Amino acid sequence: MGNHSSSHPSIAAVETAWSDLQVLVGAERFRTSKLEEAVDDVLPHMFIEPANPEEVAGALKIATGAGLQVIPRGGATKMDWGNPPRSGELMLSTRRLNRVVEHAWADMTATVEAGCTLQQLQQTLAEHGQRLALDPLWPEQATIGGILATNDSGPLRIRFGSLRDLVIGITLVLPDGTLAKSGGKVVKNVAGYDLPKLATGSLGTLGIITQAIFRLHPVPRESRTLSFSNADSETMNALVLAIQDCNMVPTGVQVRAGNSSTPEVDLRFEGTTAGCDAQIEQTLRIASGARRIESPADVWNARSTLWSGAEPSVVCKFSLLPGDLGNFLNLIRKASEPLHLPWKVVAQAVGVGYLRLEGNDTGALLNALQDFRKNLETRGGSLVILRCPLEIKSKMDVWGSAGDALPLMRSIKAQFDPTGVLNPGRFIGGI
Amino acid sequence: MEARILDEFRAVVGKGLITEASQLHTYECDGLTNMRVLPQAVLLPTSTADVQAIVRICQREKIPFVARGSGTGLSGGALPVETGVLISLARMNHILEVDLPNARVVVEPGVVNSDVTQRVASHGYFFAPDPSSQSVCTIGGNLAENSGGAHCLKYGFTTTHVLAVEVVLPDASIVHLGSRALDRPGYDLPGIFVGSEGTLGIATKVALRVVKKPAVIQTLLAAFNTTTEAGAAVSGIIGAGMLPAAIEMMDNLAIQAAEAAVHAGYPNCGGLLLVELDGPAAEVEHLMDQVGEICTQCGAWEIRVAQSDAERALVWKGRKAAFAAVGRISPNYIVQDGVVPRTALPKILSEIERMSAADGLRVANVFHAGDGNLHPLVLYDRRIPGQEERATELSINILRLCVKFGGSITGEHGVGAEKKMMMGEMFAEPDLETMQLVRCAFDPEHLSNPGKVFPRTRMCAERTGPYQPHPLEVAGVAQFF
Repeated sequence: MGNHSSSHPSIAAVETAWSDLQVLVGAERFRTSKLEEAVDDVLPHMFIEPANPEEVAGALKIATGAGLQVIPRGGATKMDWGNPPRSGELMLSTRRLNRVVEHAWADMTATVEAGCTLQQLQQTLAEHGQRLALDPLWPEQATIGGILATNDSGPLRIRFGSLRDLVIGITLVLPDGTLAKSGGKVVKNVAGYDLPKLATGSLGTLGIITQAIFRLHPVPRESRTLSFSNADSETMNALVLAIQDCNMVPTGVQVRAGNSSTPEVDLRFEGTTAGCDAQIEQTLRIASGARRIESPADVWNARSTLWSGAEPSVVCKFSLLPGDLGNFLNLIRKASEPLHLPWKVVAQAVGVGYLRLEGNDTGALLNALQDFRKNLETRGGSLVILRCPLEIKSKMDVWGSAGDALPLMRSIKAQFDPTGVLNPGRFIGGI
Repeated sequence: MEARILDEFRAVVGKGLITEASQLHTYECDGLTNMRVLPQAVLLPTSTADVQAIVRICQREKIPFVARGSGTGLSGGALPVETGVLISLARMNHILEVDLPNARVVVEPGVVNSDVTQRVASHGYFFAPDPSSQSVCTIGGNLAENSGGAHCLKYGFTTTHVLAVEVVLPDASIVHLGSRALDRPGYDLPGIFVGSEGTLGIATKVALRVVKKPAVIQTLLAAFNTTTEAGAAVSGIIGAGMLPAAIEMMDNLAIQAAEAAVHAGYPNCGGLLLVELDGPAAEVEHLMDQVGEICTQCGAWEIRVAQSDAERALVWKGRKAAFAAVGRISPNYIVQDGVVPRTALPKILSEIERMSAADGLRVANVFHAGDGNLHPLVLYDRRIPGQEERATELSINILRLCVKFGGSITGEHGVGAEKKMMMGEMFAEPDLETMQLVRCAFDPEHLSNPGKVFPRTRMCAERTGPYQPHPLEVAGVAQFF
């Protein structure tokens, strides 16, 4: 199992599929794909932009019938995440499904189509003083569908959770053209299986998300940030744990570190002025051993800076227990110093971080990454490569181990997408 | 059940095998007492290996099995299957590990919900999901039902607090879903397992997240003349951008019942609101003033703020005892668990009032007003011919109304055996078929808690496509309904 790629489709069947797809969405929404739309080194033949969920369903049904593999695409900010696809003849863009369908502000929920950018959604919600309490990468371009498929989240997570805690309903198109809804418009709902959670982080391998419903939160009245510099990783980790072990409610606890700097900690409080003041006072007492520094501009967006710098480079996501962060930073330092690999980390105190590692020596990068992954996985964590030279992807699985749950994941894939139409090979274990 | 199979079970659990009819009766139902089925046998494993050995036998012999915790569920999720066995996890009740620096606790499924909090309380932590049955219900049951409680408005449900689960699958293999660290690569298997009502396998070990206790907790009690006024106050509080830890509402009938049962000292009013705020002291005090003002503006004629733990406990006592208390004012009653978008609360309450008057049946209302989760209690007397049927119909009609208003047939009690026929009112056929693809991946032979959640069973193929009617259906021999 794992490799579901179907027998090679006949030329006649493919020709018929192309003309059917063109009829379905109209000639101006069906074209050959452009070189820059390639995913790793796979360039789909055709590119389609359906206008509504029914057209998405129709397109998938045609593709599946003809044995064509489909690569879904939203804002195209994270197309290099995942392993290289085994194949992909059709790229399906959700960008025309871009409406905020409903902002039920008094109920604090919103229904939004998959191709809507997060920024567009947030602007609509702000009209009633609300927000989706999620801060993923590149909100101007990233779409709701893509953010869900990659399960991206940022610093707000420490207070509001990640997508799995915010998405309450989803519409999914399966490869056979079935349009299926699950969840609903109410926050509290246990009717049926929780498919919104299954779809979140599934990298488009089970179905194409066409619509999602979210619970919302009020935009805070006040927001304050303060930053500290720490002598070393141990004192940094002690501070981060102390903050989490007291009864304050920060909406961001972030660690920034690198080969050329001592670890820094950023804290954010939101709420009433009195509440923020009191918590800042309490923080200053707890952090008396650290040096308070000016918070850099746009510090809560620091993660995105890991995507720029000297090349070649690797950017990866890691997860670990909050108490292991200091040790992991020390491991990175120890491993990269003798090899002269510059590195930078932006991590959230909940135990999810991002690492950028630079270096010309692919072998050295590979060794370091394998070393880090092994260390993390033995302690219950993980390391996922997000961006790297293709050569690295050819030598190392970007996802790491799924443990003994891999057969179960494969059988879920086999149920939803029995002929391996969607994003074949890009997900964990060759799914 | 054949003696050779019972012998095999006995070899696994020894004295933890129950086959005496008189003893089996203890397990014939859960909290939904009007549905009862005697299983062939009850098994009491003490380890993951025991559970695996039991499931291996079940798998080989195609014997359906149902897992059970304390049996407090209200939807018949732990209702036995007549041809199958019941697996009670009650003896797997150890807290295996407490890791406070990382706020993780690892437990066996039979551990009682409030015992987790008790274990970490001295360090200022608690386990957030708090179903009203928390002093008896188990973590395994909470997992199955994705239990909520009054405080899930702010803290989320069981699923929010489950990081990893060790599961014995229906094919008797052991798998580890999720991890103690967040975002394990791959599909969110704990996300799909929690709330699956025992239909995907049996949890044998669970890693939970515990939460730091807030600095300050205050509970406000406000008396209104009507639930409509109280409802307006709820909208006002949410509209002001606050996220209380809990907002609970009770109507006059529910208040009377609670008073009769536990003497909570509630004012005799048409609509009672409990609003709990927690967080940093400065924040809570400031916002509590505002909550008080909003309540007064909406017509509250009495407001009390409970500050000490003892005062708060008293305020909550009446609310937590409300279901049972209804027994004081009615010989029989049905508890329902509908959800509507919060703004639809006034409309649905007046509809319920109208339906209740038309049917001549009293309905007491207790609800988690903050998230639109209502628990209408339909009161009736079984001795009066026809009343039970009318009460059942009324409670079903209330759920239909919830769906009509864009809500759900269950917010926390689960679908179970009770409401599976209602699923078709909330979801279209393709929706239900798609959900069952998950079932087919975990349990293609439908051995784990069969006959629950879904109105009819999808046949699982090795490679599935759209729903294919079973040959027996096509021939008109059987209907899967």
